[in-house]
Amino acid sequence: MDRYTEQRLFGLLARASAALIIAVLLLVVGVTLYRGGRVFLTDPTVAITPPGSRYMLDGGGGFLHAVLGSIFIVVPATVIATIMSLSTAVFLQSDYSSERTSDVINMFLNVLWGTPPIVYGVFVLTVIIAVGAQTSLIFGVVAIAIFQYPIMTRYADEALRSAPDAVKEASYGLGATRFETARVTVRAALPGVIAGIIMGFARGIGDAATVLFTAGRSTQMPGGPFEPATTLPILIFEQAASFNAEVRSHAYAASFVLIVAVLALIVASKLLAGRYARFTPGG
Amino acid sequence: MDPTTDHGSNAETTRPDRLGRRLVIERLSSYWLIGAGLFAVALFGLIVLTLVQQSIPIVSEHSLLEMLTSANWDPAQEEFGFLPAILGTIYVTVLSMAMGTPIAILAAIYIAEYAEGRMKVIVSSFIDVLAAIPSVIFGLVGLVVVVPFVGDYLAPAFGTHSIGLGIVTVSLVMAIIVTPFMISLSVESLEALPDELREASLGVGATKWETIRSVLLRAAGPGIFSAILLGFGRVFGATIVPAMLIGGQTAVPGSPFDAGETLPSLIVNDFGELMSIPITQSALILVGLLLLVIVWLFNFGAMLVRRRLQRRWQY
Repeated sequence: MDRYTEQRLFGLLARASAALIIAVLLLVVGVTLYRGGRVFLTDPTVAITPPGSRYMLDGGGGFLHAVLGSIFIVVPATVIATIMSLSTAVFLQSDYSSERTSDVINMFLNVLWGTPPIVYGVFVLTVIIAVGAQTSLIFGVVAIAIFQYPIMTRYADEALRSAPDAVKEASYGLGATRFETARVTVRAALPGVIAGIIMGFARGIGDAATVLFTAGRSTQMPGGPFEPATTLPILIFEQAASFNAEVRSHAYAASFVLIVAVLALIVASKLLAGRYARFTPGG
Repeated sequence: MDPTTDHGSNAETTRPDRLGRRLVIERLSSYWLIGAGLFAVALFGLIVLTLVQQSIPIVSEHSLLEMLTSANWDPAQEEFGFLPAILGTIYVTVLSMAMGTPIAILAAIYIAEYAEGRMKVIVSSFIDVLAAIPSVIFGLVGLVVVVPFVGDYLAPAFGTHSIGLGIVTVSLVMAIIVTPFMISLSVESLEALPDELREASLGVGATKWETIRSVLLRAAGPGIFSAILLGFGRVFGATIVPAMLIGGQTAVPGSPFDAGETLPSLIVNDFGELMSIPITQSALILVGLLLLVIVWLFNFGAMLVRRRLQRRWQY
Protein backbone atom coordinates (compact mmCIF):
# COMPACT_ATOMS: atom_id res chain seq x y z
CA MET A 1 0.00 0.00 0.00
CA ASP A 2 1.62 3.24 -1.04
CA ARG A 3 1.53 6.34 1.10
CA TYR A 4 -1.31 8.03 -0.79
CA THR A 5 -3.60 5.02 -0.52
CA GLU A 6 -2.81 4.89 3.18
CA GLN A 7 -3.61 8.57 3.49
CA ARG A 8 -6.93 8.13 1.73
CA LEU A 9 -7.79 5.07 3.81
CA PHE A 10 -7.14 6.74 7.16
CA GLY A 11 -8.82 9.97 6.12
CA LEU A 12 -11.85 7.88 5.32
CA LEU A 13 -11.63 5.99 8.61
CA ALA A 14 -11.42 9.24 10.59
CA ARG A 15 -14.51 10.57 8.82
CA ALA A 16 -16.32 7.26 9.32
CA SER A 17 -15.59 7.30 13.07
CA ALA A 18 -16.95 10.81 13.45
CA ALA A 19 -20.01 9.84 11.42
CA LEU A 20 -20.49 6.72 13.54
CA ILE A 21 -20.45 8.73 16.73
CA ILE A 22 -22.97 11.20 15.41
CA ALA A 23 -25.16 8.36 14.21
CA VAL A 24 -25.03 6.78 17.67
CA LEU A 25 -25.93 10.09 19.31
CA LEU A 26 -28.88 10.53 16.99
CA LEU A 27 -29.95 6.95 17.68
CA VAL A 28 -29.79 7.41 21.47
CA VAL A 29 -31.59 10.75 21.48
CA GLY A 30 -34.02 9.57 18.81
CA VAL A 31 -34.96 6.34 20.60
CA THR A 32 -35.44 8.20 23.88
CA LEU A 33 -37.53 10.94 22.32
CA TYR A 34 -39.58 8.45 20.30
CA ARG A 35 -40.24 5.83 22.99
CA GLY A 36 -40.64 8.41 25.74
CA GLY A 37 -42.52 10.89 23.60
CA ARG A 38 -45.07 8.27 22.58
CA VAL A 39 -45.97 7.81 26.24
CA PHE A 40 -45.44 11.34 27.46
CA LEU A 41 -47.13 13.26 24.66
CA THR A 42 -50.27 11.13 24.68
CA ASP A 43 -50.71 11.94 28.36
CA PRO A 44 -48.41 14.75 29.60
CA THR A 45 -50.21 14.80 32.95
CA VAL A 46 -48.15 11.81 34.19
CA ALA A 47 -45.42 14.28 35.05
CA ILE A 48 -47.68 16.34 37.30
CA THR A 49 -49.82 13.60 38.87
CA PRO A 50 -48.84 12.21 42.28
CA PRO A 51 -48.26 8.44 42.34
CA GLY A 52 -51.02 6.10 43.41
CA SER A 53 -50.77 3.96 46.53
CA ARG A 54 -49.62 0.83 44.68
CA TYR A 55 -47.50 2.70 42.17
CA MET A 56 -44.71 0.16 41.73
CA LEU A 57 -47.26 -2.61 41.07
CA ASP A 58 -49.85 -1.03 38.81
CA GLY A 59 -48.34 2.31 37.80
CA GLY A 60 -51.42 4.20 38.97
CA GLY A 61 -51.06 7.98 38.97
CA GLY A 62 -47.92 9.69 37.71
CA PHE A 63 -44.37 10.45 38.71
CA LEU A 64 -44.65 13.94 40.16
CA HIS A 65 -42.80 12.63 43.22
CA ALA A 66 -39.68 11.99 41.14
CA VAL A 67 -39.87 15.32 39.32
CA LEU A 68 -40.22 17.21 42.60
CA GLY A 69 -37.59 15.02 44.26
CA SER A 70 -35.13 15.81 41.47
CA ILE A 71 -35.76 19.54 41.84
CA PHE A 72 -35.64 19.54 45.66
CA ILE A 73 -32.42 17.54 45.66
CA VAL A 74 -30.47 18.97 42.75
CA VAL A 75 -31.25 22.70 43.17
CA PRO A 76 -29.99 23.01 46.78
CA ALA A 77 -27.08 20.70 45.97
CA THR A 78 -26.08 22.90 43.04
CA VAL A 79 -26.26 26.01 45.23
CA ILE A 80 -23.99 24.42 47.86
CA ALA A 81 -21.61 23.03 45.26
CA THR A 82 -21.46 26.41 43.47
CA ILE A 83 -20.48 28.24 46.65
CA MET A 84 -17.85 25.67 47.60
CA SER A 85 -16.41 25.18 44.13
CA LEU A 86 -16.21 28.88 43.33
CA SER A 87 -14.44 29.52 46.65
CA THR A 88 -12.00 26.69 46.00
CA ALA A 89 -11.34 27.93 42.47
CA VAL A 90 -10.65 31.46 43.75
CA PHE A 91 -8.32 30.01 46.36
CA LEU A 92 -6.45 28.06 43.66
CA GLN A 93 -5.60 31.31 41.87
CA SER A 94 -2.21 32.52 42.95
CA ASP A 95 -3.42 35.29 45.30
CA TYR A 96 -4.25 33.12 48.26
CA SER A 97 -2.03 30.11 47.79
CA SER A 98 1.47 29.36 46.62
CA GLU A 99 2.05 27.45 43.40
CA ARG A 100 2.88 24.29 45.33
CA THR A 101 -0.22 24.39 47.50
CA SER A 102 -2.36 24.79 44.38
CA ASP A 103 -0.63 21.82 42.76
CA VAL A 104 -1.26 19.58 45.75
CA ILE A 105 -4.92 20.63 46.03
CA ASN A 106 -5.35 20.19 42.29
CA MET A 107 -4.04 16.66 42.60
CA PHE A 108 -6.68 15.83 45.22
CA LEU A 109 -9.36 17.51 43.11
CA ASN A 110 -8.35 15.37 40.13
CA VAL A 111 -8.68 12.24 42.22
CA LEU A 112 -12.10 13.37 43.44
CA TRP A 113 -13.06 14.22 39.85
CA GLY A 114 -12.27 10.68 38.72
CA THR A 115 -13.91 8.97 41.68
CA PRO A 116 -16.90 6.84 40.63
CA PRO A 117 -20.20 8.33 41.85
CA ILE A 118 -21.09 5.04 43.55
CA VAL A 119 -18.20 5.62 45.97
CA TYR A 120 -19.78 8.91 47.05
CA GLY A 121 -23.06 7.08 47.48
CA VAL A 122 -21.45 4.42 49.66
CA PHE A 123 -19.60 7.10 51.63
CA VAL A 124 -22.72 9.10 52.42
CA LEU A 125 -24.61 5.93 53.28
CA THR A 126 -21.83 4.96 55.69
CA VAL A 127 -22.15 8.37 57.32
CA ILE A 128 -25.94 7.92 57.55
CA ILE A 129 -25.49 4.59 59.30
CA ALA A 130 -22.79 6.03 61.56
CA VAL A 131 -25.00 8.89 62.78
CA GLY A 132 -28.01 6.60 63.01
CA ALA A 133 -30.20 8.59 60.64
CA GLN A 134 -32.43 7.23 57.88
CA THR A 135 -31.93 7.76 54.18
CA SER A 136 -33.68 10.98 53.26
CA LEU A 137 -33.85 13.92 50.89
CA ILE A 138 -31.26 15.94 52.81
CA PHE A 139 -28.61 13.22 52.41
CA GLY A 140 -29.42 13.07 48.71
CA VAL A 141 -28.59 16.77 48.60
CA VAL A 142 -25.28 16.13 50.41
CA ALA A 143 -24.34 13.26 48.09
CA ILE A 144 -25.12 15.18 44.91
CA ALA A 145 -23.29 18.27 46.21
CA ILE A 146 -20.17 16.17 46.90
CA PHE A 147 -20.47 14.65 43.43
CA GLN A 148 -20.83 18.05 41.73
CA TYR A 149 -18.11 19.80 43.72
CA PRO A 150 -15.00 18.54 41.85
CA ILE A 151 -16.73 18.85 38.44
CA MET A 152 -17.79 22.43 39.03
CA THR A 153 -14.45 23.36 40.59
CA ARG A 154 -12.72 22.23 37.43
CA TYR A 155 -14.99 24.37 35.23
CA ALA A 156 -14.66 27.40 37.54
CA ASP A 157 -10.89 27.02 37.78
CA GLU A 158 -10.57 26.86 34.00
CA ALA A 159 -12.80 29.91 33.58
CA LEU A 160 -10.88 31.97 36.15
CA ARG A 161 -7.58 30.93 34.60
CA SER A 162 -8.71 32.19 31.21
CA ALA A 163 -9.59 35.66 32.59
CA PRO A 164 -6.89 38.05 31.39
CA ASP A 165 -4.22 39.01 33.92
CA ALA A 166 -4.71 42.66 33.00
CA VAL A 167 -8.03 42.67 34.90
CA LYS A 168 -6.35 41.50 38.06
CA GLU A 169 -3.43 43.87 37.69
CA ALA A 170 -5.68 46.85 37.05
CA SER A 171 -7.73 45.99 40.12
CA TYR A 172 -4.68 45.71 42.37
CA GLY A 173 -3.32 48.88 40.81
CA LEU A 174 -6.39 50.76 42.02
CA GLY A 175 -5.73 49.58 45.55
CA ALA A 176 -8.40 46.89 45.75
CA THR A 177 -8.04 44.12 48.31
CA ARG A 178 -7.60 40.49 47.30
CA PHE A 179 -11.28 39.76 47.88
CA GLU A 180 -12.42 42.73 45.80
CA THR A 181 -10.01 41.68 43.06
CA ALA A 182 -11.37 38.13 43.19
CA ARG A 183 -14.87 39.53 42.66
CA VAL A 184 -13.67 41.47 39.62
CA THR A 185 -11.93 38.37 38.25
CA VAL A 186 -15.03 36.21 38.74
CA ARG A 187 -17.09 38.80 36.90
CA ALA A 188 -14.60 38.85 34.03
CA ALA A 189 -14.82 35.06 33.87
CA LEU A 190 -18.60 34.95 34.29
CA PRO A 191 -19.52 33.18 31.00
CA GLY A 192 -17.30 30.25 31.87
CA VAL A 193 -18.45 30.19 35.49
CA ILE A 194 -22.14 30.18 34.52
CA ALA A 195 -21.57 27.49 31.90
CA GLY A 196 -19.80 25.44 34.57
CA ILE A 197 -22.69 25.81 37.03
CA ILE A 198 -25.21 24.71 34.41
CA MET A 199 -23.09 21.73 33.38
CA GLY A 200 -22.75 20.79 37.06
CA PHE A 201 -26.53 21.01 37.40
CA ALA A 202 -26.97 18.81 34.32
CA ARG A 203 -24.56 16.21 35.69
CA GLY A 204 -26.27 16.29 39.08
CA ILE A 205 -29.78 15.87 37.70
CA GLY A 206 -28.71 12.90 35.58
CA ASP A 207 -26.80 10.95 38.18
CA ALA A 208 -28.39 7.96 39.85
CA ALA A 209 -25.53 6.14 41.56
CA THR A 210 -24.99 8.78 44.26
CA VAL A 211 -28.63 9.12 45.29
CA LEU A 212 -29.64 5.49 44.91
CA PHE A 213 -28.73 4.63 48.52
CA THR A 214 -28.90 8.04 50.09
CA ALA A 215 -32.20 9.65 49.09
CA GLY A 216 -34.35 6.71 50.12
CA ARG A 217 -36.07 5.50 46.88
CA SER A 218 -39.53 6.42 48.05
CA THR A 219 -42.63 5.95 45.94
CA GLN A 220 -44.56 8.72 47.63
CA MET A 221 -44.49 12.47 47.41
CA PRO A 222 -41.46 13.96 49.22
CA GLY A 223 -42.68 14.92 52.69
CA GLY A 224 -39.82 17.10 53.92
CA PRO A 225 -36.04 17.27 54.15
CA PHE A 226 -35.87 14.32 56.56
CA GLU A 227 -38.28 12.12 54.64
CA PRO A 228 -37.26 9.69 51.87
CA ALA A 229 -37.44 11.00 48.31
CA THR A 230 -36.61 9.79 44.83
CA THR A 231 -35.31 11.32 41.62
CA LEU A 232 -35.99 10.82 37.91
CA PRO A 233 -32.84 8.73 37.22
CA ILE A 234 -33.67 6.40 40.14
CA LEU A 235 -37.22 6.03 38.85
CA ILE A 236 -35.94 5.14 35.37
CA PHE A 237 -33.42 2.71 36.82
CA GLU A 238 -35.97 0.93 38.99
CA GLN A 239 -38.85 0.80 36.53
CA ALA A 240 -37.05 0.20 33.22
CA ALA A 241 -37.20 -3.58 33.59
CA SER A 242 -40.53 -3.80 35.40
CA PHE A 243 -42.95 -6.55 34.40
CA ASN A 244 -45.88 -4.19 34.38
CA ALA A 245 -46.11 -2.38 31.04
CA GLU A 246 -47.65 0.70 32.65
CA VAL A 247 -44.84 1.01 35.19
CA ARG A 248 -42.29 0.48 32.42
CA SER A 249 -43.90 3.11 30.21
CA HIS A 250 -43.49 5.63 33.03
CA ALA A 251 -39.74 4.99 32.91
CA TYR A 252 -39.80 5.92 29.21
CA ALA A 253 -41.83 9.04 29.88
CA ALA A 254 -39.45 10.01 32.69
CA SER A 255 -36.48 9.52 30.37
CA PHE A 256 -38.17 11.86 27.89
CA VAL A 257 -38.54 14.52 30.60
CA LEU A 258 -34.94 13.99 31.71
CA ILE A 259 -33.36 14.17 28.26
CA VAL A 260 -35.38 17.25 27.33
CA ALA A 261 -34.26 18.90 30.59
CA VAL A 262 -30.61 18.03 29.98
CA LEU A 263 -30.67 19.18 26.35
CA ALA A 264 -32.40 22.42 27.40
CA LEU A 265 -29.72 22.99 30.06
CA ILE A 266 -26.94 22.55 27.49
CA VAL A 267 -28.60 25.00 25.11
CA ALA A 268 -29.16 27.42 28.03
CA SER A 269 -25.51 27.20 29.01
CA LYS A 270 -24.40 28.06 25.47
CA LEU A 271 -26.87 30.96 25.24
CA LEU A 272 -26.06 32.37 28.69
CA ALA A 273 -22.35 32.08 28.04
CA GLY A 274 -22.88 34.22 24.94
CA ARG A 275 -25.06 36.68 26.84
CA TYR A 276 -22.67 37.21 29.72
CA ALA A 277 -19.78 37.54 27.28
CA ARG A 278 -20.34 41.31 27.51
CA PHE A 279 -18.63 41.24 30.92
CA THR A 280 -15.45 39.84 29.45
CA PRO A 281 -12.93 42.53 28.64
CA GLY A 282 -12.68 43.17 24.92
CA GLY A 283 -15.73 41.01 24.20
CA MET B 1 4.24 40.30 50.38
CA ASP B 2 1.66 42.38 48.61
CA PRO B 3 1.35 46.11 48.80
CA THR B 4 -2.29 46.26 49.89
CA THR B 5 -1.60 44.71 53.29
CA ASP B 6 1.13 47.17 54.03
CA HIS B 7 -0.91 50.14 52.99
CA GLY B 8 -3.93 48.78 54.81
CA SER B 9 -2.42 48.27 58.27
CA ASN B 10 -1.11 51.80 58.07
CA ALA B 11 -4.47 53.28 57.33
CA GLU B 12 -6.35 51.05 59.74
CA THR B 13 -5.11 53.11 62.69
CA THR B 14 -5.84 56.47 61.13
CA ARG B 15 -9.14 55.89 59.27
CA PRO B 16 -11.08 53.05 60.83
CA ASP B 17 -14.34 53.71 58.94
CA ARG B 18 -14.61 52.55 55.33
CA LEU B 19 -11.15 51.16 54.78
CA GLY B 20 -11.32 49.34 58.09
CA ARG B 21 -14.48 47.61 56.99
CA ARG B 22 -12.92 46.61 53.70
CA LEU B 23 -10.00 45.11 55.53
CA VAL B 24 -12.22 43.17 57.91
CA ILE B 25 -14.06 41.73 54.89
CA GLU B 26 -10.72 40.91 53.33
CA ARG B 27 -9.54 39.13 56.49
CA LEU B 28 -12.76 37.15 56.96
CA SER B 29 -13.03 36.19 53.30
CA SER B 30 -9.46 34.95 53.24
CA TYR B 31 -10.21 32.58 56.13
CA TRP B 32 -13.24 31.29 54.24
CA LEU B 33 -11.33 30.85 50.99
CA ILE B 34 -8.43 29.07 52.66
CA GLY B 35 -10.98 26.83 54.32
CA ALA B 36 -12.58 26.14 50.93
CA GLY B 37 -9.19 25.24 49.49
CA LEU B 38 -8.52 22.79 52.28
CA PHE B 39 -12.03 21.38 51.92
CA ALA B 40 -10.96 19.41 48.84
CA VAL B 41 -8.20 17.68 50.80
CA ALA B 42 -10.41 17.21 53.86
CA LEU B 43 -13.22 15.66 51.80
CA PHE B 44 -10.84 13.18 50.21
CA GLY B 45 -9.31 12.31 53.58
CA LEU B 46 -12.72 11.89 55.17
CA ILE B 47 -13.95 9.57 52.41
CA VAL B 48 -10.85 7.37 52.57
CA LEU B 49 -10.84 7.23 56.38
CA THR B 50 -14.54 6.41 56.63
CA LEU B 51 -14.32 3.64 54.04
CA VAL B 52 -11.17 2.16 55.59
CA GLN B 53 -12.66 2.26 59.07
CA GLN B 54 -15.90 0.62 57.92
CA SER B 55 -14.17 -2.14 56.00
CA ILE B 56 -11.99 -3.22 58.92
CA PRO B 57 -14.56 -5.78 60.21
CA ILE B 58 -14.52 -7.81 56.99
CA VAL B 59 -10.76 -7.64 56.54
CA SER B 60 -10.17 -8.82 60.10
CA GLU B 61 -12.42 -11.85 59.59
CA HIS B 62 -11.46 -12.94 56.09
CA SER B 63 -8.07 -12.58 54.49
CA LEU B 64 -8.01 -9.99 51.73
CA LEU B 65 -6.09 -12.23 49.34
CA GLU B 66 -8.58 -15.03 49.85
CA MET B 67 -11.53 -12.75 49.15
CA LEU B 68 -9.92 -11.41 45.98
CA THR B 69 -9.24 -14.88 44.57
CA SER B 70 -12.26 -16.83 45.75
CA ALA B 71 -15.04 -17.38 43.23
CA ASN B 72 -17.72 -18.05 45.78
CA TRP B 73 -19.97 -15.07 46.50
CA ASP B 74 -22.74 -15.92 48.90
CA PRO B 75 -23.27 -13.31 51.60
CA ALA B 76 -25.95 -15.42 53.28
CA GLN B 77 -23.31 -18.11 53.97
CA GLU B 78 -20.67 -15.49 54.78
CA GLU B 79 -18.74 -16.34 51.64
CA PHE B 80 -17.20 -13.24 50.14
CA GLY B 81 -15.35 -14.09 46.94
CA PHE B 82 -14.88 -11.07 44.74
CA LEU B 83 -13.34 -12.94 41.81
CA PRO B 84 -16.51 -13.09 39.62
CA ALA B 85 -17.10 -9.38 39.99
CA ILE B 86 -13.43 -8.58 39.45
CA LEU B 87 -13.33 -10.70 36.28
CA GLY B 88 -16.59 -9.15 35.08
CA THR B 89 -15.17 -5.68 35.63
CA ILE B 90 -11.99 -6.55 33.75
CA TYR B 91 -13.96 -8.07 30.85
CA VAL B 92 -16.19 -5.01 30.56
CA THR B 93 -13.31 -2.55 30.86
CA VAL B 94 -11.07 -4.28 28.33
CA LEU B 95 -13.86 -4.92 25.80
CA SER B 96 -15.31 -1.44 25.88
CA MET B 97 -11.90 0.21 25.74
CA ALA B 98 -10.92 -2.03 22.82
CA MET B 99 -14.03 -0.87 20.97
CA GLY B 100 -13.96 2.76 22.07
CA THR B 101 -10.30 3.76 21.90
CA PRO B 102 -9.60 3.44 18.13
CA ILE B 103 -12.84 5.19 17.27
CA ALA B 104 -12.17 7.91 19.82
CA ILE B 105 -8.66 8.58 18.48
CA LEU B 106 -9.79 8.58 14.84
CA ALA B 107 -12.73 10.87 15.58
CA ALA B 108 -10.44 13.19 17.54
CA ILE B 109 -8.10 13.31 14.55
CA TYR B 110 -11.05 14.14 12.33
CA ILE B 111 -12.21 16.99 14.57
CA ALA B 112 -8.75 18.43 15.19
CA GLU B 113 -7.18 17.98 11.75
CA TYR B 114 -9.80 17.40 9.05
CA ALA B 115 -12.99 19.19 10.02
CA GLU B 116 -13.23 22.87 9.22
CA GLY B 117 -15.55 25.75 9.90
CA ARG B 118 -19.21 24.92 10.53
CA MET B 119 -18.69 21.16 10.32
CA LYS B 120 -16.19 21.30 13.16
CA VAL B 121 -18.53 23.29 15.40
CA ILE B 122 -21.41 20.94 14.66
CA VAL B 123 -19.46 17.73 15.25
CA SER B 124 -17.82 18.93 18.45
CA SER B 125 -21.06 20.25 19.93
CA PHE B 126 -22.72 16.90 19.11
CA ILE B 127 -19.97 15.23 21.08
CA ASP B 128 -20.48 17.63 24.01
CA VAL B 129 -24.15 16.69 24.01
CA LEU B 130 -23.34 12.99 23.92
CA ALA B 131 -21.02 13.46 26.90
CA ALA B 132 -23.74 15.20 28.90
CA ILE B 133 -26.52 12.62 28.47
CA PRO B 134 -27.19 10.86 31.79
CA SER B 135 -26.06 7.25 31.91
CA VAL B 136 -29.52 5.95 32.93
CA ILE B 137 -30.72 7.04 29.52
CA PHE B 138 -27.96 5.02 27.87
CA GLY B 139 -29.05 2.13 30.06
CA LEU B 140 -32.64 2.48 28.93
CA VAL B 141 -31.69 2.75 25.26
CA GLY B 142 -29.45 -0.26 25.84
CA LEU B 143 -32.46 -2.22 27.09
CA VAL B 144 -34.54 -1.20 24.07
CA VAL B 145 -31.92 -1.49 21.31
CA VAL B 146 -28.71 -3.24 22.34
CA VAL B 147 -30.23 -6.13 24.33
CA PRO B 148 -32.32 -7.48 21.42
CA PHE B 149 -29.43 -6.79 19.02
CA VAL B 150 -27.01 -8.86 21.11
CA GLY B 151 -29.53 -11.59 21.85
CA ASP B 152 -30.93 -11.99 18.34
CA TYR B 153 -28.03 -11.13 16.04
CA LEU B 154 -24.63 -10.79 17.68
CA ALA B 155 -24.62 -13.92 19.83
CA PRO B 156 -25.93 -16.20 17.03
CA ALA B 157 -23.36 -14.64 14.70
CA PHE B 158 -20.63 -15.76 17.10
CA GLY B 159 -22.28 -19.15 17.36
CA THR B 160 -23.41 -18.84 20.96
CA HIS B 161 -26.61 -18.18 22.75
CA SER B 162 -27.41 -15.17 24.91
CA ILE B 163 -30.45 -13.72 26.62
CA GLY B 164 -29.21 -10.29 25.60
CA LEU B 165 -28.21 -9.15 29.06
CA GLY B 166 -24.54 -9.70 29.66
CA ILE B 167 -20.97 -8.52 29.50
CA VAL B 168 -20.94 -7.77 25.75
CA THR B 169 -24.08 -5.65 26.04
CA VAL B 170 -22.60 -3.61 28.88
CA SER B 171 -19.33 -3.22 26.98
CA LEU B 172 -21.08 -1.92 23.87
CA VAL B 173 -23.04 0.67 25.84
CA MET B 174 -20.04 1.67 27.94
CA ALA B 175 -17.97 2.13 24.77
CA ILE B 176 -20.61 4.61 23.58
CA ILE B 177 -20.52 6.44 26.92
CA VAL B 178 -16.75 6.68 27.26
CA THR B 179 -15.88 7.60 23.65
CA PRO B 180 -17.03 11.26 23.69
CA PHE B 181 -15.20 11.73 26.97
CA MET B 182 -11.92 10.49 25.45
CA ILE B 183 -12.52 12.44 22.24
CA SER B 184 -12.85 15.81 23.93
CA LEU B 185 -9.67 15.27 25.98
CA SER B 186 -7.73 14.08 22.91
CA VAL B 187 -8.97 16.94 20.73
CA GLU B 188 -7.77 19.35 23.39
CA SER B 189 -4.24 17.99 23.33
CA LEU B 190 -4.13 17.79 19.51
CA GLU B 191 -5.30 21.38 19.18
CA ALA B 192 -2.74 22.61 21.69
CA LEU B 193 0.06 21.64 19.29
CA PRO B 194 1.79 24.53 17.52
CA ASP B 195 1.17 24.86 13.77
CA GLU B 196 4.92 24.91 13.15
CA LEU B 197 4.93 21.15 13.72
CA ARG B 198 2.41 20.59 10.95
CA GLU B 199 4.10 23.06 8.63
CA ALA B 200 7.59 21.65 9.18
CA SER B 201 6.42 18.11 8.56
CA LEU B 202 4.44 18.98 5.44
CA GLY B 203 7.39 21.10 4.33
CA VAL B 204 9.78 18.16 4.26
CA GLY B 205 7.36 16.28 2.03
CA ALA B 206 5.28 14.17 4.40
CA THR B 207 1.66 13.55 3.46
CA LYS B 208 -1.06 14.78 5.75
CA TRP B 209 -1.58 11.33 7.21
CA GLU B 210 2.17 10.81 7.72
CA THR B 211 2.25 14.12 9.56
CA ILE B 212 -0.58 13.02 11.79
CA ARG B 213 0.81 9.56 12.40
CA SER B 214 4.47 10.27 13.03
CA VAL B 215 4.44 13.85 14.28
CA LEU B 216 1.12 14.95 15.74
CA LEU B 217 0.07 11.72 17.45
CA ARG B 218 3.51 11.52 19.01
CA ALA B 219 3.57 15.14 20.14
CA ALA B 220 0.04 14.88 21.55
CA GLY B 221 0.76 11.34 22.78
CA PRO B 222 1.01 12.14 26.48
CA GLY B 223 -2.36 13.90 26.46
CA ILE B 224 -4.05 11.16 24.44
CA PHE B 225 -2.57 8.47 26.63
CA SER B 226 -3.82 10.06 29.81
CA ALA B 227 -7.22 10.54 28.15
CA ILE B 228 -7.33 6.78 27.58
CA LEU B 229 -6.34 6.03 31.17
CA LEU B 230 -9.01 8.42 32.47
CA GLY B 231 -11.45 6.62 30.17
CA PHE B 232 -10.41 3.35 31.82
CA GLY B 233 -11.24 4.88 35.19
CA ARG B 234 -14.64 5.95 33.86
CA VAL B 235 -15.62 2.49 32.60
CA PHE B 236 -14.26 0.90 35.72
CA GLY B 237 -16.43 2.93 38.05
CA ALA B 238 -19.56 2.94 35.90
CA THR B 239 -22.46 1.77 37.99
CA ILE B 240 -25.88 2.27 36.54
CA VAL B 241 -25.33 0.79 33.08
CA PRO B 242 -23.76 -2.47 34.36
CA ALA B 243 -26.46 -2.72 37.03
CA MET B 244 -29.17 -2.42 34.36
CA LEU B 245 -27.67 -4.55 31.62
CA ILE B 246 -25.29 -7.14 33.00
CA GLY B 247 -27.86 -9.60 34.23
CA GLY B 248 -26.65 -9.81 37.84
CA GLN B 249 -25.08 -13.23 38.16
CA THR B 250 -22.23 -13.77 40.58
CA ALA B 251 -20.50 -16.66 38.87
CA VAL B 252 -17.21 -16.61 37.01
CA PRO B 253 -18.21 -15.63 33.46
CA GLY B 254 -17.37 -18.36 30.95
CA SER B 255 -17.74 -16.25 27.81
CA PRO B 256 -18.29 -12.55 27.13
CA PHE B 257 -21.89 -13.34 26.24
CA ASP B 258 -22.64 -14.59 29.76
CA ALA B 259 -24.38 -12.55 32.37
CA GLY B 260 -22.09 -11.43 35.15
CA GLU B 261 -21.47 -8.74 37.69
CA THR B 262 -19.04 -5.86 38.00
CA LEU B 263 -17.75 -4.44 41.26
CA PRO B 264 -20.05 -1.38 41.20
CA SER B 265 -23.10 -3.38 40.12
CA LEU B 266 -22.38 -5.80 42.97
CA ILE B 267 -22.79 -2.88 45.37
CA VAL B 268 -26.05 -1.79 43.74
CA ASN B 269 -27.59 -5.25 43.56
CA ASP B 270 -26.65 -6.39 47.03
CA PHE B 271 -26.64 -3.25 49.12
CA GLY B 272 -30.38 -2.73 49.27
CA GLU B 273 -31.49 -6.03 50.72
CA LEU B 274 -28.42 -6.91 52.77
CA MET B 275 -27.80 -3.58 54.41
CA SER B 276 -28.96 -4.87 57.78
CA ILE B 277 -26.21 -7.49 58.09
CA PRO B 278 -23.13 -5.64 59.33
CA ILE B 279 -20.59 -8.04 57.81
CA THR B 280 -22.12 -7.85 54.32
CA GLN B 281 -22.32 -4.12 54.62
CA SER B 282 -18.64 -4.06 55.50
CA ALA B 283 -17.83 -6.29 52.51
CA LEU B 284 -19.64 -3.93 50.14
CA ILE B 285 -17.92 -0.91 51.64
CA LEU B 286 -14.65 -2.74 51.01
CA VAL B 287 -15.69 -2.97 47.34
CA GLY B 288 -16.18 0.80 47.36
CA LEU B 289 -12.72 1.23 48.84
CA LEU B 290 -11.22 -1.07 46.19
CA LEU B 291 -12.85 1.02 43.46
CA LEU B 292 -11.49 4.21 44.97
CA VAL B 293 -7.95 2.80 45.24
CA ILE B 294 -7.94 1.41 41.69
CA VAL B 295 -9.30 4.60 40.15
CA TRP B 296 -6.74 6.53 42.19
CA LEU B 297 -4.00 4.31 40.76
CA PHE B 298 -5.30 4.94 37.23
CA ASN B 299 -5.25 8.70 37.78
CA PHE B 300 -1.84 8.60 39.35
CA GLY B 301 -0.56 6.39 36.52
CA ALA B 302 -2.02 8.81 33.97
CA MET B 303 -0.11 11.64 35.62
CA LEU B 304 3.20 9.74 35.76
CA VAL B 305 2.92 8.44 32.20
CA ARG B 306 2.14 11.89 30.92
CA ARG B 307 5.20 13.37 32.63
CA ARG B 308 7.41 10.54 31.38
CA LEU B 309 6.17 10.68 27.79
CA GLN B 310 6.35 14.44 27.74
CA ARG B 311 10.07 14.19 28.41
CA ARG B 312 10.56 11.40 25.92
CA TRP B 313 8.45 12.71 23.05
CA GLN B 314 9.64 16.24 23.25
CA TYR B 315 9.39 18.41 20.23
